[in-house]
Amino acid sequence: MYRYDEYDHALVQARVAQFRDQVARRLSGELSEEEFLPLRLQNGVYLQRHAYMLRVAIPYGTLSSNQLRALAQIAEGYDRGYGHFTTRQNIQFNWIELEQVPDILQLLAEHEMHAIQTSGNCVRNITTEAFAGVAGDELIDPRPLAEILRQWSTVNPEFLFLPRKFKIAISSSEMDRAAIRAHDIGLYLYKDEQGEMLLRVMVGGGLGRTPILNEMIREALPWQHLLTYVEAVLRVYNRYGRRDNKYKARIKILVKALGVEAFAQEVEREWEQIRDGVAELTTEEYARVAHDFQAPDYERIDAIDPDFGAWLARDPAFSVWVQNNTRPHKVPGYSSVILSTKPGASAPPGDVTAEQMRVVADLAEKYGFGEIRVAHEQNLVLPDIRKRDLYALWKALRGQNLATPNIGLLTDVIACPGGDYCSLASTRSLPVARAIQQRFDNLDFLHDLGELSLNISGCVNACGHHHIGNIGILGVDKNGEEFFQITIGGAQGKESSIGKVIGPAFRAEEVPEAIDRLLSVYLSYREVEERFVDTVRRIGIAPFKEGVYQRETARGEASE
Amino acid sequence: MNNMIGLIYGVAHVLPEDPWCLVDDDQPLDSISSPIISYVRWQALRETSEGDELSCGVRLGPDDDPETVAPWLDTLPLIALEFPSFRDGRAYTQANLLRTRYGYKGDLRATGDVLRDQLGLMRHCGFSSFAVREDKSVTEALKGLFGFDMIYARSATSPEPLFRRRGLKS
Repeated sequence: MYRYDEYDHALVQARVAQFRDQVARRLSGELSEEEFLPLRLQNGVYLQRHAYMLRVAIPYGTLSSNQLRALAQIAEGYDRGYGHFTTRQNIQFNWIELEQVPDILQLLAEHEMHAIQTSGNCVRNITTEAFAGVAGDELIDPRPLAEILRQWSTVNPEFLFLPRKFKIAISSSEMDRAAIRAHDIGLYLYKDEQGEMLLRVMVGGGLGRTPILNEMIREALPWQHLLTYVEAVLRVYNRYGRRDNKYKARIKILVKALGVEAFAQEVEREWEQIRDGVAELTTEEYARVAHDFQAPDYERIDAIDPDFGAWLARDPAFSVWVQNNTRPHKVPGYSSVILSTKPGASAPPGDVTAEQMRVVADLAEKYGFGEIRVAHEQNLVLPDIRKRDLYALWKALRGQNLATPNIGLLTDVIACPGGDYCSLASTRSLPVARAIQQRFDNLDFLHDLGELSLNISGCVNACGHHHIGNIGILGVDKNGEEFFQITIGGAQGKESSIGKVIGPAFRAEEVPEAIDRLLSVYLSYREVEERFVDTVRRIGIAPFKEGVYQRETARGEASE
Repeated sequence: MNNMIGLIYGVAHVLPEDPWCLVDDDQPLDSISSPIISYVRWQALRETSEGDELSCGVRLGPDDDPETVAPWLDTLPLIALEFPSFRDGRAYTQANLLRTRYGYKGDLRATGDVLRDQLGLMRHCGFSSFAVREDKSVTEALKGLFGFDMIYARSATSPEPLFRRRGLKS
């Protein structure tokens, strides 16, 4: 993974000193809260319902064991013993004292981490998929370009006060596991016939109040132009994006207002002015950064391990876990392992304790190369595990409640922290997640349902990505009472789509029953091996609507 | 203008006696030696007077395209850009374009909601003088130009991005 050089170290250290001074000036009253607000946001500090929250950047979701231990130290020393992993591969600490933030940032800096631009109207953490560099279906490792983009966008003085937040994701796999189409800029990296790296640039995606998938504005952009092209997009946005209304300020609104073609022309015109200058990337710089992402020293081992095979046959629980929670690795004999942070009712999605972090850090060193990834679905990944070690690893993970075999299943819920923490939320999303996980805790049933994503957001800001869940749940406040609107048919990845509302919203306690009815409709209509989302696409939402709101009718149809 | 900071040979100083003065369109110019006027007024003056405009600075609003003043940059001693709020970042782009694309060499002044913690960013984007908000201490604000200043990307003041310079160290 990327190692800081003297410049990187100096930059984060100087930044800590700067923020320490700003916090002191805020505490002395020299800075007003209004003046301090964007400064603290750009250092990852939010003011939530009960306390400050600190969001730490995990660039493209990659952590070393030592970094994860540092996060455990923060969880224990400055928070209540746990952290919350987010859909953008970051981690949030929910109970932070403002006075202590500079010390936390110092600790992060010592471990080559920071919280710069994890909030605010600026370019946020660059994300990619959790299996970057190891996935069986990957074309090119996207991490070097993600790191180059991270550096370029960090404290870029022209673009720190954009109209609104700005999210960039890059992916290079068959299945897009980084939700790139829901980003302000989505980059898809691929090769031409000569093996040169090219980028497809998609702009104007985003969830929130107005969910829109981004659209392509440039195909086959040679990688050397990555920074200048992104610069052109940001400059057009900074100049022309709306600033009069917070809810119309994302770049997606500008793209829609101009039309994607006119917007693309504007970007091209700007890009022509800067394209061949000093900001064009060099092969040397790519090589310098890519050097840190070289493949580790994999053992040459057989694809099939007899012991592993024996355990699969002997222990059905292990076999189910392997089937659900491991992914193919490009190197024979290895797997990537997903650690579920969704054990069910016992912990909110994405929450990991300091003890769990330490154990995971140790396991990553014992069985892997000391590296951990954070997945968009808020789970953790150990990217490089020998198949022959899977059984021992599974046992260790079970002891930490991190081996629930539900990856990709209904209870692998994505959820925002909701009204229990967030001051923006209009409803509490976590109790709904818990109620659903409680109701559907039968693993055989979950496996029979198959691949099904369920995403919950506590308000229209859509941090839980409900629009792109196969089942999406959105919390809305009606006269002080919590209601939950259900959408179906959303999807991320190559076949991204925005879910459709099935009808009137439910009270919190009615949600599990409504989900149950949706599932009944699916089970009665599905064809062999057909996923939930495919059934929705094939038959439309009408039968689901009927099944949920007029149960008797649905039953009648199902029995015919 | 009061509460001014300026760069003198690249080093920031408080400017106790700044001659410039922001002048509204309906305000007479008679008694003002160094007025900063709107682009519209400046154009009118240029067409009717014989060189009076040469002693005037021009101010651009956040929506104005800096390209409109590009033909006259050699004759403009000062351009003032406005931050209607310190959270409004349009003037960073305007400043950067004036310096790097249109080659403006004169004084580029930040006006409006100009605060200590953004001065370093403004300098990177090419601003050379800073009219700090009236209710703030200019000596305190000056500290904003001595401190954290590192960037990776290029800027008006460091035209080469860090990756071009990284390779050069021996």
